Amino acid sequence: MSYTLEGKTGPWEIVVGLEVHAQVISNSKLFSGAATAFGAEPNSQVSFIDAGFPGMLPTINEVCIAQAVRTGLGLKAEINLWSRFDRKNYFYADLPQGYQISQFAHPIVGKGEIEVSLADGSTKMIGITRLHLEQDAGKSIHDQHPSKSFIDLNRSGVALMEIVSEPDMRSPEEAGAYLTKLRQILRYLGTCDGNMDEGSMRADVNVSVRKAGEGFRTRCEVKNVNSIRFVMQAVEAEALRQIEVWEAGGTVDQETRLFDTNRGVTRSMRSKEDAHDYRYFPDPDLPPLVLEQSWVDALKASLPELPDERRARYLALGLTPYDVHVLTLEKETAVFFETVAKGRDAKLAANWVTGDFFAALNRLKRDISDPPVTAEHLGELLDLLSDNTISGKLAKDVFEIMIETGKSPLVLVEERGLKQVTDTGAIEKVIAEVMAANEGKVAEYRSGKDKLFGFFVGQTMKASGGKANPAMVNELLKKMLA
Amino acid sequence: MSVDTAAIRRIAKLARIHVEEEALPGLAAEFNGILQWIEQLQQVDTSGVEPMAGGGATALRWRADEVTDGAQAERVLANAPEREGEYFSVPKVVE
Amino acid sequence: MTRLTDFTLAQARDALKARSISARELTQAYLDGIAALNPRINAYITVTPELALAQADASDAKLAAGQGGSLEGIPLGIKDLFCTEGVRTTAASRILGEFTPPYESTVSGNLKRDGGIFLGKLNLDEFAMGSSNATSAFGPVENPWSRANDPAKRLVPGGSSGGSAAAIAARLALGTTATDTGGSIRQPAAFCGVAGIKPTYGRCSRFGVVAFASSLDQAGPIARDVTDCALMLNSMAGFDPKDSTSVDIAVPDFAAAVARGVKGLRIGIPREFRMDGMPAEIEALWQQGIAWLKAEGASIVDISLPHTKYALPTYYIVAPAEASSNLARYDGVRFGAREKGADLVELYEKTRAAGFGAEVRRRIMIGTYVLSAGYYDAYYLKAQQVRALIKRDFDLAWEKCDAILTPATPSAAFGLDEKHDDPVAMYLNDVFTVTANLAGIPGMAVPAGLDANGLPLALQVLGKPFDEETVFAVSGAVERAAGFKATPQVMA
Repeated sequence: MSYTLEGKTGPWEIVVGLEVHAQVISNSKLFSGAATAFGAEPNSQVSFIDAGFPGMLPTINEVCIAQAVRTGLGLKAEINLWSRFDRKNYFYADLPQGYQISQFAHPIVGKGEIEVSLADGSTKMIGITRLHLEQDAGKSIHDQHPSKSFIDLNRSGVALMEIVSEPDMRSPEEAGAYLTKLRQILRYLGTCDGNMDEGSMRADVNVSVRKAGEGFRTRCEVKNVNSIRFVMQAVEAEALRQIEVWEAGGTVDQETRLFDTNRGVTRSMRSKEDAHDYRYFPDPDLPPLVLEQSWVDALKASLPELPDERRARYLALGLTPYDVHVLTLEKETAVFFETVAKGRDAKLAANWVTGDFFAALNRLKRDISDPPVTAEHLGELLDLLSDNTISGKLAKDVFEIMIETGKSPLVLVEERGLKQVTDTGAIEKVIAEVMAANEGKVAEYRSGKDKLFGFFVGQTMKASGGKANPAMVNELLKKMLA
Repeated sequence: MSVDTAAIRRIAKLARIHVEEEALPGLAAEFNGILQWIEQLQQVDTSGVEPMAGGGATALRWRADEVTDGAQAERVLANAPEREGEYFSVPKVVE
Repeated sequence: MTRLTDFTLAQARDALKARSISARELTQAYLDGIAALNPRINAYITVTPELALAQADASDAKLAAGQGGSLEGIPLGIKDLFCTEGVRTTAASRILGEFTPPYESTVSGNLKRDGGIFLGKLNLDEFAMGSSNATSAFGPVENPWSRANDPAKRLVPGGSSGGSAAAIAARLALGTTATDTGGSIRQPAAFCGVAGIKPTYGRCSRFGVVAFASSLDQAGPIARDVTDCALMLNSMAGFDPKDSTSVDIAVPDFAAAVARGVKGLRIGIPREFRMDGMPAEIEALWQQGIAWLKAEGASIVDISLPHTKYALPTYYIVAPAEASSNLARYDGVRFGAREKGADLVELYEKTRAAGFGAEVRRRIMIGTYVLSAGYYDAYYLKAQQVRALIKRDFDLAWEKCDAILTPATPSAAFGLDEKHDDPVAMYLNDVFTVTANLAGIPGMAVPAGLDANGLPLALQVLGKPFDEETVFAVSGAVERAAGFKATPQVMA
């Protein structure tokens, strides 16, 4: 059953397309040698090129080109060996050149697609129209002074990838799933950090509504939405607004809107009232961007494993779909898991990572990039478990001590004498003592009271300080009590 | 093609150049003179001709991804007509 | 005794090397000339005597130690379109205010590296947009030449590099930088009886040069003769990684090429340059030039450049379009002059209305129009296609000839009060020069004679891309044959 919104006149379908601006991970800017780090002092990462000074000229950063191509390959998209930069002309206080250098007519990446997973377990393909490289603008700060806006050009000239989807999404959930998956792919590739709260990833959301079976109606663009949750809310809010307009007999005007996150509604952008005429033309300062097929092939060969491939591989290892999902969501988690699982039982590793380890992360409010127990130590713990050096019960205790001390389980087991006793003679000796101390119970057992077996196991374990190997205790007790 | 005063007003707005209302007719006349002269290009058969964007290097050269610039806020701000601390400042913009 | 300002650049260089003159006395002689004549000629917007003399002393120290670059101690003027670190740069516009670049253009930096001394910044048409130097916010430049039959009439030096050409003619600099977007080196050089070359697009870096039309702008020298231009260009040219359109190709010894001669060269004469209403004097000079080259052993071939007549309209779409975008950065926010406005839009509109002169405003608006929605294909795209055809005309011509000889301008210098009513009439000044910019090829203006009123006239030599050597060889031959020795009425 497809998603619809109920209006006075019946159900409405919604149509969503996203334009995502993803900041490229690079040391320096797209066309200048100024740094890209987040959070620097105002105007401290600005070259005269970024500030649009007279006579300044752009030169392109090779890493930004490679990152765009890697992203294109990750989106299974066409790579255009010939692309070109155009100027998009408009005036704004944080646009120093009076134009943005972008790729309008000939983007570096063409059509691709993304498979997204939905809550009901189904999947859907969302088309990618194109990906192009462009410069970011600076930042205007409006709330520091009653009558002035302040301009910081640190962001000016930072490389962005604009990733445009087809209008293939039909619900807030699909929009959220698309953005989640896109973010996951970018982070796997290492081409964008996906930090939406720092603005490294922003979405412009195109929304329209229609009755079943209709063609597209007029769409509105909700600009600069900066979280996945807000994108989903903005889709619904804007769709409801448009339904109300249509049902009141009005028409939706194509316009740019903002999402008010406090009130949960969209509103028209006043400063963008002028009809825009961007007067695109090829940037005469920049010859065409020409790629060698062999260079693209080399990038393709060195591409890291992507989420879909990783999922398939984990499923093949016999992990549960739930474990696969949570282990592959973030690349760092998957890398952690694989370090733990390397040369070990994958299922056991998955149980520990998604179980005790995730619980500890939550409890301690720690992040996978700052784990309370290293993957190597957790792996060692699994080894101790597998070779019967410690019991499952003891392993949980050791794990907690590892969190407290940060020490390797090998060291802890040694230091604290936690090694499981697997010496037959030693266990037999303990059992003999337990039997000697409980002669009456031995007699009862031997006369048929089988239920007492558990009592002897408990006593033996207790007497061994929990270190006796439970399986061996079972086996030897059966023999000695017989 | 010819332009009227409304078109000149729109172009001036796009170019962010203030033009007094009484200057519009004169500008429109000048524009039409130039445009009429330019019009002769329509005589040229350009079917199938690849447009030429510029000369010089035929493909972009790529720069290494190194931080070689920036860290010079004072030099960047030194020519500013108006500034507030380390920021450029302009009349408040309402979005 | 020879006066210090009589030396050509090549002669001064030798005299400095030989220590028969000092850089300080040479520089002082030029500064004295500027002090005496600049109030009238107005070739300089900014003069920097202290900086120049300090540089001269440093040059003398180097020369005394037997060191120094190829231009050590040579007093130069820099067109005020080149950014010069710590020295106000205006582009002859009010909008730049007191803008003082914290950086140096690559070309002026190269001249400094080679020991050149900067006397100051030279006047030009505002943002290099003009053919008369009348659009400068710092007042017009006066041509040091005047008509024999009307000596009181003030003439234009041509433009946009009018300050550069007038400074050379009046001996207010020994060499100058200039830029050429549609003829801005060659037309003023022709009007002022001096030599100037626009090199191949991509030969000189555009980094640090205030942009007018990026795909057409190219820096080059204006100097007293062909050899001086070669010496200047040898220093100015060279690959620059900071300009993505700069071409990575070796810079040959241009000065050596000047004496090469034209024996065996095929000189093309484009029949389409014979325009209706062209003055007989210009036609006669052209025929004279052909005869000189033939006498020097060149063969003359008739060639066709069929799209020549479309070059100017093409230029007046492409150049304003690029300019409308290039000049968007002058918005009163980060540098330059600012007019008050109630809001940001009003600030922009008032700043740009007050800061730009009439011709610049006109070209920005034309450029905005031809790029705007609905007109792009009819104007801009069409112009870029015609431009491709103009370039193809030249590509085909090079199969038949090694260089091309044409007149440099359709007339001699005109009066400061003439041709200003009709923009199109003014634009026609560039009719012979503009094709070289559209095709990206080198072109040089060489003084070759005087008209009936005693004003200089010049021939133009065009060459293949990156074959400035042949352009210098042909220009050198024309110069030797012409034996042009006339000097202007006003001269230091």
